[in-house]
Amino acid sequence: MVIEANQTYYQALNEAIRACPDTEVIVDRVLGQRYLGCGSSGRRFTLRGTPGNGLGQYLNGSTIEVYGNCQEAVGDTMNDGDIIVHGNCGDACGYGMRGGSIFIEGNVGYRAGIHMKSYLDKSPLLVVGGVAGSFLGEYQAGGTIVVLGLDGTSEPLAGNFCGMGMYGGKIFLRGDRIPVLPRRLILQEASPEDREELRPILERFCRCFHRDLAEVSNAPFHVITPDSANPYKQLYAPY
Amino acid sequence: MLKEGQVRIPSGCAISGIFSRKGSAISGERIIRSIAVMHDRSNGLGGGFAGYGIYPDYPDFYALHVFYDSQTAKQECERYLERYFDIINLSKIPTRKSAAIVDEPLIWRYFVAPLPHRLSDSQLDEREFVARRVIRVNSSIEGAYIFSSGKNMGVFKAVGYPEDVGAFYRLEDYAGYCWTAHGRYPTNTPGWWGGAHPFALLDYSVVHNGEISSYDANRRAIEMHGYRCTLQTDTEVITYIIDYLVRRQGLTMEEAARVMAAPFWDTIARMPQQEREEATYLRNAFASFLITGPFSILVGFEGGLMALNDRLKLRSMVVGEKGDLVYVASEEAAIRVIEPELDSIRAPKGGEAVLITLDAQKGGAQ
Repeated sequence: MVIEANQTYYQALNEAIRACPDTEVIVDRVLGQRYLGCGSSGRRFTLRGTPGNGLGQYLNGSTIEVYGNCQEAVGDTMNDGDIIVHGNCGDACGYGMRGGSIFIEGNVGYRAGIHMKSYLDKSPLLVVGGVAGSFLGEYQAGGTIVVLGLDGTSEPLAGNFCGMGMYGGKIFLRGDRIPVLPRRLILQEASPEDREELRPILERFCRCFHRDLAEVSNAPFHVITPDSANPYKQLYAPY
Repeated sequence: MLKEGQVRIPSGCAISGIFSRKGSAISGERIIRSIAVMHDRSNGLGGGFAGYGIYPDYPDFYALHVFYDSQTAKQECERYLERYFDIINLSKIPTRKSAAIVDEPLIWRYFVAPLPHRLSDSQLDEREFVARRVIRVNSSIEGAYIFSSGKNMGVFKAVGYPEDVGAFYRLEDYAGYCWTAHGRYPTNTPGWWGGAHPFALLDYSVVHNGEISSYDANRRAIEMHGYRCTLQTDTEVITYIIDYLVRRQGLTMEEAARVMAAPFWDTIARMPQQEREEATYLRNAFASFLITGPFSILVGFEGGLMALNDRLKLRSMVVGEKGDLVYVASEEAAIRVIEPELDSIRAPKGGEAVLITLDAQKGGAQ
């Protein structure tokens, strides 16, 4: 089913989408409507335009593919499913994410993947094709963040305070545009095991956005992990 | 009921701006359509607009927009204005009655020029003379509030949703090269018209999405330089800081931005030497004007527009371009609704000033 969104109020649009009996729904001309696909399971949404804040919050297994840029709080606290963005994402993407994946072709704003966590078989994944803003993976507790730097600039892969307060999970950085990192993080070249872990992730990214796997893979990768031997104490007021 | 000024009101909000680098006239109707998309970022307790280039028939006169609570306040204010200004035109600002906008004050507009002998006696430059008169009215005439005082620009604001405020003021009847807009979401307000954005002094106007944690420190500092924060809504102080830094201290808009959203010391430490020295000077010389807490602001001024986020970027803001038109908004959807196909769109970094000026006016910040 195809729904034309235009300036339909977000409540009415979400009701129409929920009421639609089809598993697959295409929504055209999306214009800032909030909370699309929120909390849903087992469906597939294709959105064209500019979805509003809170796209796919609490997503629980559905797939959302967006042709356009996204605004703030994409995949907030999502539990399962996939969000694929053919464009850029705003701030606080993947906040408190605890499962599923977000693939972004372009850049992501500030505070991506803060408070990501993992538990038993649940491990969230956030992949950024371009670069990330400041506070990437702040307080990250689990899961995987990958920044590929395929944006054609010489900007660092992330802004200030990357991994600040991180205490679990991993951040992979492709190429040599390593940001200035806060203390108490370990930055290492990706090991063969890390590379093995990355391979299926890069394959999925390349499938989503029709990129050449060899070109994306053929670069140095670094891994950021928390320095667990040196835990935080008075992080923001050390003196 | 307590007015703002007697209680403090933090607020959320939405902002939007349009600028034509070529100076083409943009109808006020476009900015209304843009801000309306972000309806849910406001709660009906404040909306407003600033338009630049909207008074081509009176480009050399200060356009004073005034709210009056009563006829007495109006008479007193007019007596005061007549002592200092030649009033060449006065009228009610045209409005359209609507159920969405109620309890309006008396809303008047005056095109004025300082009386030459008053100006020369004062030994002040013209803009300082006008600014002092405006501050005087707002701080000492009960029930009178000059909310707009620039040349060839005007602020229109009210209690209500921004799209209703725009319709109330018939903004489709105005056209200018720059518009800014604001939808307000104060969390607790008795609401009054003066507390809506934009806040303006001379040709500087500010719309703000956020809340200033450093408000009281900034207020104490700016009041030492002759300003009076009469509203206690945080945004007011940004307007005065910009007036002080740019008009009175002669800083450029970018330098003012680096005072208000100063880089962190550890960022400064990594800068090349000259940039580091400049940044250090600005942080030290104007430390009291560092604004902390979340903000995205649009600063309108004669011939230009500046967009700025706080250095931690605690509020969303994107900048889109299409030909000579530049759009800035809290949400991309507010740009796409009036310009579906853009040449480019990007999210500036925290503390990165985006300065847009008329092609004809190189620099423009002064």
